[in-house]
Amino acid sequence: MSNSAPDAAAPAAVSTMPERDESLGTRVWENIKGGNLGSLPVIVGLALIVLVFSLTAQNFFTAVNFNNIITQMAGITLLAYGVVFILLLGEIDLSIAYLSAVAGVVAAQLQLPDSGHTLPGIWPIVGAVLVAMLIGAFQGSFVAIIGVPAFVVTLAGLLAWQGAVQVTVGSGGPIIIQNKWINDMAQYFFSKNAGWLIAAVVGVGYVGATLVGALNQRRHGVAIRNPALVVIKLVGVPAIAFLIIGISNHDRGLPFAGLLIVLFLVLWTYIAKRTTFGRHVYAVGGNPEAARRAGISVARIRILVFTISGGMAGFGGVMLAARLSSVAPDQGGGTLLLDAISAAVIGGTSLFGGRGEVRSAILGAAVISTIANGLYIFGFSNGVIFITTGCILLFAVTLDTLARRRQAKTGR
Amino acid sequence: MSDTPTLELRGISKSFGSVQALTDVDFEVREGEVMSLVGDNGAGKSTLIKCIAGIHASDAGEVFFEGQPVHITGPKEAARLGIEVVYQDLALCDNLDVVQNMFLGRESHDVLQRLKEPVMEQKTAETLKSLAVTTIRSIRQPVATLSGGQRQSVAVARAVMWNSKLVMLDEPTAALGVAQTEQVLNLVKRLAEQGLAVVLISHNLHDIFEAANRITVLRLGRNVGIFERDKTTQQEVVQAITAGTPTKVSGIPATGATA
Repeated sequence: MSNSAPDAAAPAAVSTMPERDESLGTRVWENIKGGNLGSLPVIVGLALIVLVFSLTAQNFFTAVNFNNIITQMAGITLLAYGVVFILLLGEIDLSIAYLSAVAGVVAAQLQLPDSGHTLPGIWPIVGAVLVAMLIGAFQGSFVAIIGVPAFVVTLAGLLAWQGAVQVTVGSGGPIIIQNKWINDMAQYFFSKNAGWLIAAVVGVGYVGATLVGALNQRRHGVAIRNPALVVIKLVGVPAIAFLIIGISNHDRGLPFAGLLIVLFLVLWTYIAKRTTFGRHVYAVGGNPEAARRAGISVARIRILVFTISGGMAGFGGVMLAARLSSVAPDQGGGTLLLDAISAAVIGGTSLFGGRGEVRSAILGAAVISTIANGLYIFGFSNGVIFITTGCILLFAVTLDTLARRRQAKTGR
Repeated sequence: MSDTPTLELRGISKSFGSVQALTDVDFEVREGEVMSLVGDNGAGKSTLIKCIAGIHASDAGEVFFEGQPVHITGPKEAARLGIEVVYQDLALCDNLDVVQNMFLGRESHDVLQRLKEPVMEQKTAETLKSLAVTTIRSIRQPVATLSGGQRQSVAVARAVMWNSKLVMLDEPTAALGVAQTEQVLNLVKRLAEQGLAVVLISHNLHDIFEAANRITVLRLGRNVGIFERDKTTQQEVVQAITAGTPTKVSGIPATGATA
């Protein structure tokens, strides 16, 4: 640890320090030095927020409100998963909120009885997500192939899709959704036993996957870093799963929206961290030129990421429509776009590309939704909620910027 | 050691619009040697490298790789032949760790595109060890935290990991301090000792005379001489760089050779 000073002339004769000696503290410090703060600040922040509200507001720390927060944050979280990928690329997608509204409208239209294009069961959802993915791919092509800045392409999308929603929903008032599949996305609650089963599956799955990975590492003679951290996670993740179910079961049970959030968390974390595609997303975000020279098709990665962003906006849009069982002309408006982007950023994903985790979407969305929920219980107006969220966002981006400056300094 | 050069170029010409960057250039490098490519700014060093790496297509001339005529159409084709380039700006992703950078674009994965991290980590450790790169504390630290010399070592190690036969280094010591330059030059010499053909582009004659076996000098896009390190002096090379005359007269009229 003695060569922390970026001294170009220092003969690095300090030589090999065996990797096994890295303690948890060193690793964390190494990460912070490298401009990677991880999830630490947001987890601490979230815990503080929950603590303060629990101690001061009467109806905050209840099972009913816990489930409320889960369903309230579901839409934002799904959108924010897409935002994380976009931000990892170092791009921006301003169209997601109204794209989610388009998906809501498509789903609502496809389930409309007696319309001549009614689809049964789950198909309206599938149709809505596909349309959103296609739009995402279309916008992404402008960015990736022609080179139009993403800001402008998606700003155009923001306007155009807003208009499209207004034109289609129009003066007829909100479209009512009666399709059970759609409405269940936000309104279904698992039975208590199903909840426990889900917790058991999540716990066993996590422990199993971790142990298989560790065995695999051992087989190749690769050191397992931070055994302490691994043990903490092995105990912590199942414990949190059972805790969540325990709280939810005091109310109506685990909302389906909660399960959907977790399923997408697992899926996208896996894709980001364990597949070549995910690795290439990080590479393009970190240094597009290096990625290109390494033989990665940068355009393909960009288009795929915008497609993911569109797809998650689609899922989020259906979720938001399902909460109200209807689609209104002003769907996708308000602070949805900024909430989704803020969620990813507050959760610790860098705006500058290449650094971040999928889980930052869920952490950031939890912060935003909890604050809104808590302040609302206190009887504060939307204005106060906006101000608070704004301050937290500024704080989060400041942290990221400082971390990045640090990274530039330790760089050479 | 065979008599066939690993790479041989004959009569390479390349122009960008009205600018003639390379005129009838010959070049060769053999296995186990460090061939240095030198010349003043605008002499055509980088253009030549890019023609070899498949980034530019040459207008005329022939390329032989291990005696076989080849037509390098792109970076992937070059990599397939076993030609690797370490560019001046290294082309590393700061946000990725050493292992991830070493395997960038060529990750080990199974049919489901799942990454085989332990395999990659093991291979990285072995490669760095074989090149005696010992100063990197953990191969799981982001390259942003590495020093300039360490970054250069990672870039070089990445280039040689892929059973490459020819490695071209573009100004590998340009941004380094004294001790780190020494490190990198030792690494370059080790590459040649391991039987690779190495092309070293540099401005620094001291570095060249320390690491290279032979020196090819370009001036204004033409060959002006090939020197054996042991039989020449820095003065002679400087003379060639600044005022050398073309070693061969081609059919192309000598425009601008005196400009």
